[in-house]
Amino acid sequence: MKTIGRDGSAIEVLLVEDSPGDVRLTQEAFREANVAIHLHVAVDGVEAMAFLSRKGIHVRAPRPDLILLDLNLPRMDGREVLAHIKEDAGLKTIPTVILTTSDAEVDIVKSYQLQANCYLTKPVQLDAFESLVKSINDFWLEKLRLAQSG
Amino acid sequence: MNVPERKSPPKEVLLVEDNPGDVRLTLEAFREANASIHLSVAYDGVEVMEFLTNKPPYLDAPRPGIILLDLHLPRMDGREVLTKIKQDQSLRSIPTVILSTSDSHDDVAKSYLLQANCYLTKPGKLEEFESLVKAIYDFWLTAVQLPPPTWHSNRQPQEASGTDLLGERKT
Repeated sequence: MKTIGRDGSAIEVLLVEDSPGDVRLTQEAFREANVAIHLHVAVDGVEAMAFLSRKGIHVRAPRPDLILLDLNLPRMDGREVLAHIKEDAGLKTIPTVILTTSDAEVDIVKSYQLQANCYLTKPVQLDAFESLVKSINDFWLEKLRLAQSG
Repeated sequence: MNVPERKSPPKEVLLVEDNPGDVRLTLEAFREANASIHLSVAYDGVEVMEFLTNKPPYLDAPRPGIILLDLHLPRMDGREVLTKIKQDQSLRSIPTVILSTSDSHDDVAKSYLLQANCYLTKPGKLEEFESLVKAIYDFWLTAVQLPPPTWHSNRQPQEASGTDLLGERKT
């Protein structure tokens, strides 16, 4: 099924993930699920913030419709990125989904406290991971009203 | 299909909805989905705040794992309820999903600004409504990690007191 943004353009998703293997698996799972997604990748927290604030090489970066954020990242970790996003009046309306290997209670609670939109634990098994990415696509990109940019 | 065995108690869902027809449809759609949940219903904004803060008659109300919140409510509207939830240190970690007939750009944008966890428009058609409730179940109550039900920020152990939860003195 093809999902297209309200203005006819593709949906912009920012994946913040330092593991090249997980990046590749996520790309492939989204490709299976939905052809109309532009998946952008930031490999650490500093790059994610540069992308979101259109600094440096990211000067032409689109505003993402959805952010998938790992918690354990080099340079600036996911909790700090999340806090920055949700404190910024311009960025806070972008749904930010935590996608991490951690299932520690403290990480779950802290992320919701910081106003993560939801918290997902990455399954270890490949098919479970693919089905999780598919469920992100089905729910966040097909069922839901995303806040429009502006 | 194998459903994994779960020892954990059913997840607590709080539905805030003033329309009895929609309450019933939601209940039935969850039942269709074989949802292992416990659904509580509040019919207006004042009632939901009493429920969440355990005011009488809700002294024993469970802490919900997730709140489904309509925007148009009697007495206190959904935007005000959302604001109160997200300003409260203890309540703000409960995922709050807006489920409203409105699809106005203003309502969507305002809800995300107030830190709604997501915004869903209720479809008019019965079949689509059922499929939406099923999607909520599949995603929020199956895939997502909800904050643990026992967690209250105001019930965290107080290290400074020198006693642990059993009341024994630390030495």
